[in-house]
Amino acid sequence: MQQKAEFEQRVQKALNNPQLRRNFRVAMDGLMEKRSNAFPDKEALEALRITGANIRANALVKQPELLEQLEANCTRNGIQVHWAETIEQANRIVLEIMERHQATGMIKGKSMVSEEMELNHFLEAQGNSCIESDLGEYIIQLDHETPSHIIAPAIHKSKQEIAQLFQEKHPDIPYSEDIETMTRSARKILRGKFFEADVGLSGVNFAVAETGTLCLVENEGNGRMCTTVPPVHIAVTGIEKVVEKLADVPPLLKLLTRSASGQHISTYFNMISSPRKPGERDGPTEVHLVLLDNQRSRIYADEELFDSLRCIRCGACMNHCPVYTRIGGHAYGSLIPGPIGSVIEPQKFGLENFGVLPTASTLCGACGEVCPVKIPLPKLLHRLRYEQVRNDHTGATIGQGSQRSTREALIWKLWSWAHANPAVYRGGTRLAGLLRGVVPNKIGPWTRVRTAPKIAPKSLHQLAREEGFENE
Amino acid sequence: MSLAKHYPDRPDKVYFFGTCLIDLLYPEAGLAGMQLIKREGVQVIFPQDQTCCGQPAWNSGYRDETRAVVLNQIRTFPQDYPIVVPSGSCAGMLRHHYPEVFKGRPEAGLVEDFSQRVFELTEFLVHVLKIELRDLGEPTKVALHTACSARREMGVADEHEALLRQLGNVQLVEQARKAECCGFGGTFAVKHPDISAAMVTDKAKAITDTGADQLVSGDCGCLMNITGHMQHQGIGPKGQHIASFLWERTHAAES
Repeated sequence: MQQKAEFEQRVQKALNNPQLRRNFRVAMDGLMEKRSNAFPDKEALEALRITGANIRANALVKQPELLEQLEANCTRNGIQVHWAETIEQANRIVLEIMERHQATGMIKGKSMVSEEMELNHFLEAQGNSCIESDLGEYIIQLDHETPSHIIAPAIHKSKQEIAQLFQEKHPDIPYSEDIETMTRSARKILRGKFFEADVGLSGVNFAVAETGTLCLVENEGNGRMCTTVPPVHIAVTGIEKVVEKLADVPPLLKLLTRSASGQHISTYFNMISSPRKPGERDGPTEVHLVLLDNQRSRIYADEELFDSLRCIRCGACMNHCPVYTRIGGHAYGSLIPGPIGSVIEPQKFGLENFGVLPTASTLCGACGEVCPVKIPLPKLLHRLRYEQVRNDHTGATIGQGSQRSTREALIWKLWSWAHANPAVYRGGTRLAGLLRGVVPNKIGPWTRVRTAPKIAPKSLHQLAREEGFENE
Repeated sequence: MSLAKHYPDRPDKVYFFGTCLIDLLYPEAGLAGMQLIKREGVQVIFPQDQTCCGQPAWNSGYRDETRAVVLNQIRTFPQDYPIVVPSGSCAGMLRHHYPEVFKGRPEAGLVEDFSQRVFELTEFLVHVLKIELRDLGEPTKVALHTACSARREMGVADEHEALLRQLGNVQLVEQARKAECCGFGGTFAVKHPDISAAMVTDKAKAITDTGADQLVSGDCGCLMNITGHMQHQGIGPKGQHIASFLWERTHAAES
C-alpha cells in the first residue's frame, strides 16, 4: 500500500498549494471553454466523434496488417523502421543511431513516448545532451520537472513562476513577466540549438499505413525545425498510432486540435514522408521511425481494455476532470495524468504501482463525455478497479489482484450477504433506526468537513407498509 | 447518455425501488416519490424484499459480491411493471450496469428484461405520466444539483429542470459550473476524503453564492454530501430531494 500513501502525500501537497490550485482551475476553465466554443453544433460534434471513434477502432482491429503496411511503405520512402518491445530496446535503438553518426547533441520536439522511455535521462547518462524545444517542455526541463499535462506540460506554473525561473537560469536576460517577451527570449535561446544539434527527435500523432507518412501536430514550429534542420531525424511513437489511410487524418486532426485547445487547426501540421531526396535543398538525410510496444500488445489482447488504445492524446479528459483540476498532473505520480493516465499507466506499469489511480475518480463521466474518440473511460477505470482486487489470476493485467486485502474482501462479503438476504437487511435497517440516538456523530474523514447524516426513525420499508403501499 | 429512449404508455401499476440510502436516511423522499405517482392514478407497489442496487460493491471491483445482491433485486421485481427509482445513480446501476454485471452469463437475458423496465423518477413523471404540477407554495429561489449519473448516464438533467419549471412560484437559479461533480462518488469520498472535501467545498460555495433559498437534488448521495458540508460550515440553503420538494409544494390541494 506504499503507492497509496505516496499518492496521498502528493495530493495533500497539491491541495494545500493555493497557487497551484489557482493555476489549474484557471487553465482548465479556459481550456473547457475553448473546446466548447470550437464545437458549437452538438449534433455535428457527436457525428464527428462517432467518425473518429470508428477510424481509431478500425485502425486497431487491423493494427497487425497496418503496421506491416506502414513498415513497407516507410521503407520504400526511405524511412528506416525499428521495432522496440520494451523501453530499454527503444532507448538502445536511439543511442545506436546517434553513435553511428558520432552524434552527441539532440534537439527534441514534444514527444510523450520519449517521456515514457525516459530518453533524456538515458541519453544524458551516456554523455549526450538533450534539449527540449517545445516551450512548455523547455520550461519544465529548466526546472527539472516532468510534464503535468500531456499537451501543456508546464500548465501548473503561472507566468510569474516562469519569469522567476527564467531569471534564475538565464540571469543575463532582463526580467519580464510578459508572456510574449518570455517566449521571444526562449525562442532566441533555442534557435541556435537547432543548428548545433546532430539529431532531431519528434513524436508522431498519426502514422499513415497507406502512404508511409508520419503526421506531426504542433503550434510552435519547433517540431518542423527538429524534423528538418538536423541531419538525422528520429521519430518515436507507440504502435497504436497507426491509422489506415490519409483520408482518416482530417477528421482526427479536427477532433484533436478542437478537443485539446479549441483550435480549428494547429499552427503547424507536418507530414513527413521521406528523408531529403537528391536535388532537395533541405531536410534530414536520414529519417528513422522507432515503434514502441511497451505493454501495448497486452492491452490489445483484452477486448475491453483494447479501447484504451484509441486515445489520440488531446488531453480533454484531464481538462474536464474535477479530480485533475483539484490535484494537478504531478499528484498522479504517473507520466500521463488524469482519466486516460489512470487507465493506461496501471496497464503499462502495473496495478501494484498505480492501482490507486483508478480509485481516484468519482466516475462522474465528464471524461467519457468529451473524449473525441469515445473511449469509455469510466468503464475502463471501473474494469481496473475489478482487476486490482480480483483473485482468479487470468493474467489480463500486470499486478492483477495486487490491491486485494483480506479485510476489505471480508467486508464486501458480509455486505453482500446482508443485501442479498432481505430479512437480514430489514433487520439491520430496523436496528439502525432504533439505535439512531447512539450512532456516533463523527464518522472518520467524512465528518472532518461534513456533519453526519441522521438515520431516520422509520425506514422507507416501514413507511410504505404503514401507508398501505402493497408488497406485490 | 441515452438518446431517443423509448417510454411506455401510462401503466396501471408500477414498482418502486426506494434505494438503500433513502430507506435509511431520507425515507420521506421515497414516500413523496410514491405519492406523486399514486396521485396520478397509478398503483405503486413497494416490494418489501428490495435492498440495495449493489453499486457500492460494483464500483469497488467486487463483482461476485455484486451479483448476489443484484439477483435478489431481480427476484423481487418479477412482474412486467415499470420500475421507478428516485435516484439517477441507482437507476443508472439498474438500467445500464446490471447487464454488464451479468454479461456472458446465463442470467443475462433475464437481467436485460429487468433493466429495460427501469426509469428514473423525474423521467417517469415527465415522459410516462406527463405530470402537470400546480404550485401551491410561496415564492422561492431554488438551486438544482443534478447528479452526474442522472445527467450523463440516465440523461435526465432536462427532466429535473422541466419539473421545477412547472412550479409557478419557483425561480430556478444556476450555480457556477453546475455540471461539475460534487465529489461524493460513493466509496471515493471514503477512499480519497481530501480530494472529495476539496470538491464539495467548491460545490457548496457555488450553490451558496446563488443566494438560493433551497437546494434540490434528485440524488440523496449528492444531497448528503453537499448539505452535510454546508451544515458543517454553517452556510448555504437547506437541501431536499426533488420528490419531497415537488410533493410538498403541490399536495396541499388534497387535504
